[in-house]
Amino acid sequence: MNIVVCIKQVPDTTEIKINPVTGTLIRDGVPSIINPDDKAGLELALSLKDSFNAHVTVITMGPPQAEDVLREAYAMGVDRAILLTDAKFAGADTLATSHALAGALRKLDFDLLVTGRQAIDGDTAQVGPQIAEHLDLPQVSYLEHLDFDGKKTFTIKRRIEDGYEMLQVDGPCVVTVLSGAYRPRYMSVSGIVEAYSKNVEIWGFAQIDVDEKDLGLNGSPTRVHKAFSRGVKSAGQLYEVDSTEAVGIIMSKLKEKFII
Amino acid sequence: MDFSLTKTENLFLQMIKDFAENEVKPLAAEVDEQERFPVETVKKMAPLGIMGIPIPVKYGGAGGTNILYSMAVEELSAVCATTGVIVSAHTSLCAVPILEYGTEEQKQKYLPKLASGEWLGAFGLTEPNAGTDASAQQTVAIESGDNYILTGSKIFITNSGYADVYIVLAMTDKSQGTRGITAFIVEKNFPGFSVGKKEKKLGIRGSATCELIMENCVVPKENMLGKLSKGFSLAMKTLDGGRIGIAAQALGIAQGAMDETVKYVKERKQFNKPISAFQNTQFQMADLETRIVAARLLVRQAAFKKDKGQAYSVDAAMAKLYASETAMEVTNKAIQFHGGYGYTREYPIERMFRDAKITEIYEGTSEVQRMVIAGALLR
Repeated sequence: MNIVVCIKQVPDTTEIKINPVTGTLIRDGVPSIINPDDKAGLELALSLKDSFNAHVTVITMGPPQAEDVLREAYAMGVDRAILLTDAKFAGADTLATSHALAGALRKLDFDLLVTGRQAIDGDTAQVGPQIAEHLDLPQVSYLEHLDFDGKKTFTIKRRIEDGYEMLQVDGPCVVTVLSGAYRPRYMSVSGIVEAYSKNVEIWGFAQIDVDEKDLGLNGSPTRVHKAFSRGVKSAGQLYEVDSTEAVGIIMSKLKEKFII
Repeated sequence: MDFSLTKTENLFLQMIKDFAENEVKPLAAEVDEQERFPVETVKKMAPLGIMGIPIPVKYGGAGGTNILYSMAVEELSAVCATTGVIVSAHTSLCAVPILEYGTEEQKQKYLPKLASGEWLGAFGLTEPNAGTDASAQQTVAIESGDNYILTGSKIFITNSGYADVYIVLAMTDKSQGTRGITAFIVEKNFPGFSVGKKEKKLGIRGSATCELIMENCVVPKENMLGKLSKGFSLAMKTLDGGRIGIAAQALGIAQGAMDETVKYVKERKQFNKPISAFQNTQFQMADLETRIVAARLLVRQAAFKKDKGQAYSVDAAMAKLYASETAMEVTNKAIQFHGGYGYTREYPIERMFRDAKITEIYEGTSEVQRMVIAGALLR
């Protein structure tokens, strides 16, 4: 069985600052990590490697320094790593990103394609499902657990808002994984020692199967109108009173501010 | 000269810090309180390769450097000094001498089991009357057919009781003094070998420290480690390497106490301001931080030289001397910064203070380190 896992390098913080002029993320001084949902996906793939001797390929699209997350994936135990990087991909929104990844995936043979549900920097949850559409593959999003019958059928528990669904799907298919679904293993010491001597394949536009007009800024219909950091609010005042008294306090405050 | 870490070292630090924080730190207080050997932690470290970091891949190790190994002991000790010494004694005092002095058969037999963590290792040199004067060995080994028969006892043996294999020093020729000492690889199941009473200690209370008893213990001749009568030199060189591990442990304890103190002085308010705002706090902590960084440079220098195959005995002695005294000073002052809270077991500082003391004693006291350094200087 061949598995491909899509991972993304993201800044390790929930308190991302935004440059107010350009509307882009300020990444300086923020350590980069494998996106948590993707890392759970990586663990899913590696557990299938443990049980079914699956061959695991990991792919990431990003600037050259995104290679670091591929090295980490090697240290966790993947078999092959591909860095998708090209000036033509720059400025991509989710659609152009998924086109580029789909272009690379057309060149790979797989039974299962794993992505994280969403990245903690963009939070769109769009790239995985878009890839499935481009490749015309069945998809199961919000995966919480996966069982494989050893032949071609996956039985998947899928989280929905008020419960879960059990689905069966045959490979090749696409799944998007929740970060809580699988606890990622630690890198092994020997994996770390060998990680930087392993080959990371660099793929650009020339290596993939995609229409150039679908890539980069030109292939991105999303336009950022404005980005801003939330202003700091004052701490406010906390009253621990019963509801009757609370109504009185609220009324008098509203009157005081001439709101009513 | 390049002081920056390699990408491999950074990746390793990311893993070991993560492991220490999530797997080791949560157990540290309990392991200390109950004086309990953390078997489950060893079982978690084993599959990751932490029990065989500097052992070559062909013998089942991770093929890492001594720098990585020292980083592992430091980071583990920063949250739990007990865990740090388990790894250090196992690696530096058992696996490494087999690697460096063992025959190919001995390496094939013991290293894969030790490096994978399937077996735990220990080292038996100290005796009731042979501490710093390790030449005063009373354990004897008498040749008998295909075996040596060992009789005597060892004390203060780290990992004992849990270890499967012990490097044991014994007199093969009493008339020759240090030139009559030989090292043996002793398995826990060899006839006549047993583990005696467990010590109750001030610190590193989760680590197992017991007596080893050999009553006509039968050790096959092929288990002689190194050459006949060369055991004393083997033991001294093994301890040179071990000192890198203990220096890293001491450094870790100091760093762990510093991390806790930085957090505390920013939170703790007295006279309407955090105590970090007082210049007394700032100046003292600046001095302690400088000592910690200096200690780390010494530890890394010793590990670097060992990796490069250069002489590192004096460097290891300096690293251990300085790092262990730094650990004592930092933990002592850390309690003072914490005030009454630091004296209680609600905070980890009092444990770190108790753990620090042993680093000035075992694998060569601070006095022995000074003898090594002065000996080289004034030769």
